[in-house]
Amino acid sequence: MRHTISVLVENKPGVLARISSLFSARGFNIDSLAVGETEQHDVSRMTIIVKGDEKILEQVMKQLNKLIDIIKVIDFVGQPHLERDLVLIKVNAGKGKRSEVLEIVDIFRAKIVDVASNSVIVEMTGDEEKILALVNMLKPYGIKEIVRTGIVAMGRG
Amino acid sequence: MKLTGAQIFVESLIKEKVEIMFGIPGGVLLPTFDVLYGAPIKFILTRHEQGAAHMADGYARATGKVGVCIATSGPGATNLTTGLATANMDSVPVVAFTGQVATHLVGNDAFQEADTTGVTRSITKYNYLVKDVREIASTIKEAFHIARTGRPGPVLIDFPVDVQRASCEFVYHKYHKEVEIRSYKPKYKGHPQQIKKAIDLIKQSERAVIYAGGGVIISGAAGELREMAKTTQIPVTLTLMGMGAFPQDSELFLGMLGMHGTYFANHAIQNSDLIIAIGARFDDRITARLDAFAPKAKIIHIDIDPTSISKNVKVDVPIVGDAKNVMREMNKLLNKLGSKNMEKRKKWQKQISQWKKENPLTYKKDGKLRPQYVVEKIYEVTKGKAIIATEVGQNQMWAQQFYKYNYPRHFITSGGLGTMGYGFPAAIGAKLGKPEKVVFDIAGDGSFQMNIQEMATAVNNKVGVKIAILNNGYLGMVRQWQQLFYKKRYSATDLTANPDFVKIAEAYGALGIRVSEKGEVEGALRKAISVDGPVILDFLVEREENVFPMVPAGARLDEVIRGLA
Repeated sequence: MRHTISVLVENKPGVLARISSLFSARGFNIDSLAVGETEQHDVSRMTIIVKGDEKILEQVMKQLNKLIDIIKVIDFVGQPHLERDLVLIKVNAGKGKRSEVLEIVDIFRAKIVDVASNSVIVEMTGDEEKILALVNMLKPYGIKEIVRTGIVAMGRG
Repeated sequence: MKLTGAQIFVESLIKEKVEIMFGIPGGVLLPTFDVLYGAPIKFILTRHEQGAAHMADGYARATGKVGVCIATSGPGATNLTTGLATANMDSVPVVAFTGQVATHLVGNDAFQEADTTGVTRSITKYNYLVKDVREIASTIKEAFHIARTGRPGPVLIDFPVDVQRASCEFVYHKYHKEVEIRSYKPKYKGHPQQIKKAIDLIKQSERAVIYAGGGVIISGAAGELREMAKTTQIPVTLTLMGMGAFPQDSELFLGMLGMHGTYFANHAIQNSDLIIAIGARFDDRITARLDAFAPKAKIIHIDIDPTSISKNVKVDVPIVGDAKNVMREMNKLLNKLGSKNMEKRKKWQKQISQWKKENPLTYKKDGKLRPQYVVEKIYEVTKGKAIIATEVGQNQMWAQQFYKYNYPRHFITSGGLGTMGYGFPAAIGAKLGKPEKVVFDIAGDGSFQMNIQEMATAVNNKVGVKIAILNNGYLGMVRQWQQLFYKKRYSATDLTANPDFVKIAEAYGALGIRVSEKGEVEGALRKAISVDGPVILDFLVEREENVFPMVPAGARLDEVIRGLA
């Protein structure tokens, strides 16, 4: 099962290594990881997306809670929350195809942030599903590169 | 007052009431060792950093205080790691300091540089790299706090040489402020609702067993454990780490459980309807085949470390808290249950005494010098009052089986990591912490050689530990497995090229005694104890003696090999 885990941590060196090694030591692959400062400059938030065996994941959650630099751990599974990811897609858009690409970008309410003679860079924010949909639509034109920030999540209300 | 980093380091240790530390100096520690020279802290120069870490660990286990060791950067630090991992697995409070190259060189592959915090991250409870002289005092304060609270463990502080040389203001009175770490708040009190649930399960049970481990010793809860067993009349089995937490002559004592546990402890567990686990963690040497472990039992698990609960075995009533606090609360309620609650356990006790009678813990008693006999004699001669450290392997299991541990902090052994070479330096640390005690290292000829260099440390500091080598000329436990499961193909386990241990003792300036006859054992032991300094006792025991009972790897806990036909 896919879990969105949000972790509040002390903003200091070595913390990311401690957390990532907890996952890797148990054979978990981190699908997505986003780190940034919170409203307090000495506290960072990590949003981690993992899939895996529930029992092992329960153990990982406990181990996370036990780590001395971790202030709070939230698993968003089953809780109302928002997820957002920002993607940049460099897609082929030569003369003949450019208007088609622009149309798709428009429908997704994405943005063109860079234009070159043969390609454009599309920027979009959304959840996993929306991003996949856009990527699928643009694929036939030839995607040259995709960069994503990783998913961030916030509880509703 | 302005002090250098090195001075602040030493002042902070004095504030933490450190009496003794173990280690070896090196290039990047010169400023610190200059301050240590003449400081009111006893310094024990070891011959290898691993020895220093184990000595700090043995000192901590014997005294309950925090053990302190120090090593230089690079190889000094990497040599410490086995000791740190050992302390980490067995929850021993140790604070280790390592020198580090100057901050501007960190990460440059400088001479004697290793990424010490990176290397030790997963084998310490916490670690620090101190990059600012103003942070030394608070870091040391925090490190001792983290090492000794909650589930204890080793904490490492990496200390660059330029930070030792830099100076800043150090105000003594400020040092004493309480440590407050927002993300680290161990839970000591058990949840009352959970405790109530546990009492209900105990009330309903008829075939309950208490399974207690090292947590009982760490929290100083042997008294509470005795009371709980007495008021409920529930039998008690201990883990290797729990030895000494419960009196062994008690009717209710089952001995150790697990791979080399007693037949009756393992059968009691497998047939129980309730297991009360206290400060123990259901590791694989305890549960044997996990899916067949105690099939009829409900489980109450008391532990200060929530990650230990439901890790291997699903727990019905988890109680996160300190063993002493939780048991004290439980005992208040259990005391009210009265004799009816004890009565109904009679049948279960009868069953257990039957198992005990039919399958006692024993060995072949003939004219030969057998290792178990040596351990029994050590027990007799020391009247059970000695501190016993062990190495790892057969010697460790015999030391557990045939010496009766009636007091906490008297059995010092590497349970989790299983570190050969641990016992001797740990015994030195224990003896320095408890100089009034007779201290033995029950050793194997293989294990002893893994830290034999500490003979110089023992002799130099007049540390009178007695090393009883159960010398069978084998890496005995591996040989036993090869005999039982690999058709006696003794691959790389023969140690007949051992040195002459008596001469080794003499070369170091210690006494060495060789014993090859059963009749000489007692006299040799008495002689060794009467001598002030360290003594090596070289017992030439039966070479192919095995440790039984034994539950083979992968078998059910009650599928016990009782001995060879």
